[in-house]
Amino acid sequence: MTAATTVTPVVQGIDLVKTFGRVVALDGMNFELYSGEVLAVVGDNGAGKSTLIKCFSGAQSPDAGEMFINGEHAEFKSTSEARRHGVETVFQTLAVSPALDIASNLYLGREVRKPGFVGKVFRTLDKKRMRSESSAHLKNLGISTLQNITQAVETLSGGQRQAVAVARAAAFGSQVIILDEPTAALGVNESARVLKMIQDLRDRGLSVILISHNMPQVFEVANRIHVARLGKRAAVVTPQTASMNDVVAIMTGAMTVPEEEQQLAPAP
Amino acid sequence: MSSPSTTVDLAEEFMERRTPLQRIQGILHKYPYLSPLIVLLVCVVVFYLLNDRFLLPQNLSFVTQQTVVVGTLAIAQTLVILTAGIDLSIGAAATLAQMMMANLAVFATASNVLPFAGQNPYLAIVAGIGVGVLTGVVNGLLIVRLNLPPFIVTLGTLSIFTALTLIFFKARTIQNKEMPDPMKWLGNTFHIGDFQLLYGVVVMIIMYAVFGYILKNTAWGLHVYAVGDDPNAAELSGISTKRVIFSVYVVSGLIIGIAAWLTIGRVGSASPNPDPLLNLDTITAVVIGGTSLFGGRGTLLGTLIGALIITVVQNGLSLAGLDQAYRVLAVGILVIAAVAIDQWIRKVKA
Repeated sequence: MTAATTVTPVVQGIDLVKTFGRVVALDGMNFELYSGEVLAVVGDNGAGKSTLIKCFSGAQSPDAGEMFINGEHAEFKSTSEARRHGVETVFQTLAVSPALDIASNLYLGREVRKPGFVGKVFRTLDKKRMRSESSAHLKNLGISTLQNITQAVETLSGGQRQAVAVARAAAFGSQVIILDEPTAALGVNESARVLKMIQDLRDRGLSVILISHNMPQVFEVANRIHVARLGKRAAVVTPQTASMNDVVAIMTGAMTVPEEEQQLAPAP
Repeated sequence: MSSPSTTVDLAEEFMERRTPLQRIQGILHKYPYLSPLIVLLVCVVVFYLLNDRFLLPQNLSFVTQQTVVVGTLAIAQTLVILTAGIDLSIGAAATLAQMMMANLAVFATASNVLPFAGQNPYLAIVAGIGVGVLTGVVNGLLIVRLNLPPFIVTLGTLSIFTALTLIFFKARTIQNKEMPDPMKWLGNTFHIGDFQLLYGVVVMIIMYAVFGYILKNTAWGLHVYAVGDDPNAAELSGISTKRVIFSVYVVSGLIIGIAAWLTIGRVGSASPNPDPLLNLDTITAVVIGGTSLFGGRGTLLGTLIGALIITVVQNGLSLAGLDQAYRVLAVGILVIAAVAIDQWIRKVKA
């Protein structure tokens, strides 16, 4: 597809390589995410999904290859650098601090200080503001089951913790939100709520990368599906052009899709 | 049998209903200093019943004076343990700083490695506190740069600091009469009614207030908790865990330096042989005070109460005419009980 080059991808990776000792996690992976879409990344274990998104979220840096955010060359040495570029990640481990309360977790690593003298000299945190804004963010996402914003995260259920992690990403992500297996540990109702959140995020104009093993969920929310295999991009298809069986066949290498039949960019 | 709505109501009611034990668990989870506070109050009542001199102002003043060294060092130990570390070198580092101060201030003829001895006492105090900071820098660098466990690093520096003290300053104790007054300033007292308060106790309380504020109300304080709680989560949240851990050891070195000055004030002299129980007493104070040895949870208020429990038990037993062996026994039981309670509190549910 040559027509794809007219629109700049929000996130782009070209020939990304990442090795861990003798294990090759990424072997020349190409990747494009366009504005306002939900792109699912699927693949068998060891296909390089997690490593790929860890490169974009700043948790790891690729050995070779180039990354672009909005067409600008990007190199992330830490998650905070990726966050500054508007890329937020909900890690599979959630990366929340159990003993801290919900508001502190939402603002962890980017706390807000009180204005004026007190904040500057005594570095006092503006807890009141962080709490009220945290409640607002949770309400925005339609999470009303969390009664108390000062509750420690360890006292929450799995679904509620997931909601806190998603709310954190949604509150600060200005461009891209990456979700790594967000429904893996959740029940049916909680999964449905997270999928609804993903659609809400897209409706707000954000781009979403969703890593998932759950094909029905992928086909429910994704605009395009990036299939990874052995550290490379095997194909990009859409729920309209491919069936779940096709995707599984591409994942396992039983089927290949010629490039002109792939959806390397969203349909205009 | 029943409509769907009533089953939901029943389920919700069941969720709401908590046994009294669960409620206690929830309260202790929220206020971890409550259990040590109860222990302290029980001790006070029991020792008062054994000997009513226990609650006399003179005796209570003495208890605060006995707490000051362990209490101040326990602030440093709390910061370190909150990051899931431990500092076994704390007593040795304090002794090194203290001997540096004393030897610099006094014309120490016995110390041939310090040609610049006999300095202005204020300069000596600053230099001693600087040595405290330096011990923290050494511990911090070894832990962060070489990725070694804090237990091993501080076990090693415990020996190193002890040896350096003996090498630099020989085995010579600087006596009270040799010591210039500014060195002993924190050992002065003032009266509030019948209470005799040590300046050092005031300094200790101010330090508890300052570091309590920092832990609770600054980003650095929150990061100390986050790093001890789950270092991977903290790192992924954009916190530089190594920087936080290093800074904690440096800050604890500063506290150790101030504690060294306090010790000279309290004791009046400076001995190169530290109290062998000092290290363990600081850890005991922190643990009895409800701070988790696994990091991430605890309060400085709890540590202060823990330090007070240690001295109250010691003082109360001697007033009651009982053997100090019971103190060791009581502290041992309290430590195990505290860790058991910590494990139980961790299992709290919403």
